Amino acid sequence: MKMLTFAKRCAKEILRDPINLAFGLGFPLVLLLLLSSMQENIPVPLFKIDSLTPGITVFGLSFMTLFSSTLIAKDRESAFLQRLYTTPLTGLDFILGYMLPSLPIAIGQTAICYLFAIPLGLTLNINVLYAVIGIIPMAVFNIALGLLCGSIFGVKQVGGICGALLTNLSAWLSGVWFDLKLVGGFFEKIANVLPFLHAAEMEKALCTGNFEAAAGHFLPVLLYSTLATVAAVLCFLRQMRKQ
Amino acid sequence: MQAITTKGLVKRYNKLTAVDELNLEIRQGELFSLLGVNGAGKTTTIKMLTCLTKPTEGEAFVGGHCILKEPEQVKRLIGVSPQETAVAPNLSVRENLEMICGIHGFSKERTMKRIGTLSEQFSLADVLKRKAGKLSGGWQRRVSIAMALISEPQILFLDEPTLGLDVIARHELWDMIRALKGKITIVLTTHYMEEAEALSDNIGIMKDGRLLAVGTVEALKAQTGAKDFETAFVSIVKEGK
Repeated sequence: MKMLTFAKRCAKEILRDPINLAFGLGFPLVLLLLLSSMQENIPVPLFKIDSLTPGITVFGLSFMTLFSSTLIAKDRESAFLQRLYTTPLTGLDFILGYMLPSLPIAIGQTAICYLFAIPLGLTLNINVLYAVIGIIPMAVFNIALGLLCGSIFGVKQVGGICGALLTNLSAWLSGVWFDLKLVGGFFEKIANVLPFLHAAEMEKALCTGNFEAAAGHFLPVLLYSTLATVAAVLCFLRQMRKQ
Repeated sequence: MQAITTKGLVKRYNKLTAVDELNLEIRQGELFSLLGVNGAGKTTTIKMLTCLTKPTEGEAFVGGHCILKEPEQVKRLIGVSPQETAVAPNLSVRENLEMICGIHGFSKERTMKRIGTLSEQFSLADVLKRKAGKLSGGWQRRVSIAMALISEPQILFLDEPTLGLDVIARHELWDMIRALKGKITIVLTTHYMEEAEALSDNIGIMKDGRLLAVGTVEALKAQTGAKDFETAFVSIVKEGK
């Protein structure tokens, strides 16, 4: 109950910030519209709506990292967390309270992206539902990364790290904007090691009903999501003890 | 009966000793001020007594419970208003109060009742629907103290409650703190001498982590032979080098 009270508060803080809504929802939708319009004029296979939308949903999740890390960093800097540490809330209450509300927001963001893509030409079938469900491990990865960064860095630093660096990493290394094979070499190897490309490919595979290919990309995403969650929990508890 | 007792409380951060051998007794129902310049160790003392940080040495009892062995019991007895304004900015004042009630596991009826009581006590009725982050510094401090009082604590910790407030807001907050006197034990940190003088039953003067003197305003003045409290404070702090 007390954890849910805290989680409700975190959800309200995220959803009531107009900048969050503009970036978290507005930006991916504008990109969808813009790139699919470009595709109409200069056909590029990468920007076909069936291929573009899954990639945009993965890119959109990087904003979840920014939102959750900013919220936690602000709570730490404003002594709001300090106040709550003197209440009966436990470490687990804090971790779940920060992470749980972000998950439905991330799933909602993904669902809206897919719904928005339907009038732009996306084929609507049951696979879209699988793709929305399949985004969960990557959403957990991004949310956990937010908890991790928010536990370590200040508000200004998370703005730079999560707002600029991570969104760019997610964009470049997920293969949404360009075919990574065209760059090849070290860049492609790095992209294959990190979860962004795997998440985008998994989403594309789920959208086309290629579950075998999706399963191959699922494992690295799950591994990163687990590692990020463990690291985030440890870092949060460490900063809690350091008060 | 003592509300707070500390025995040889020490807090070190690497080579820096933030609090050094603090021995203190605060009676139930009194308003005790920890007075000192920046870096005197006031906030660190509050952090230890509210179980936010563990002492390096020594022990302390809050409401009869050991801060090291019984932090959960201590947390049930205390309310804390930190130095920075610790409110949820995008939540309304009512939602902030409701959130603290929820965290303490209050029923709907008890939540309504507590919000009603505190709204009246702190004149919050007109701002209940407004976002806490949009309020002025003075109003945010009122909300912050009301949030600390939600759980009906036996001991209230106010860390620099009027820091950065204008003179009117400061006096309004003093009136509110005065209204609480005698009902609960209040531990207040401040570096404003006039604040300590206006509100306190007893004052502890700290410098470089050490408690230099404890007593009423009159006792501290008599101890130094000073005519006013400011001179007494300066004299104690200078002699305490």
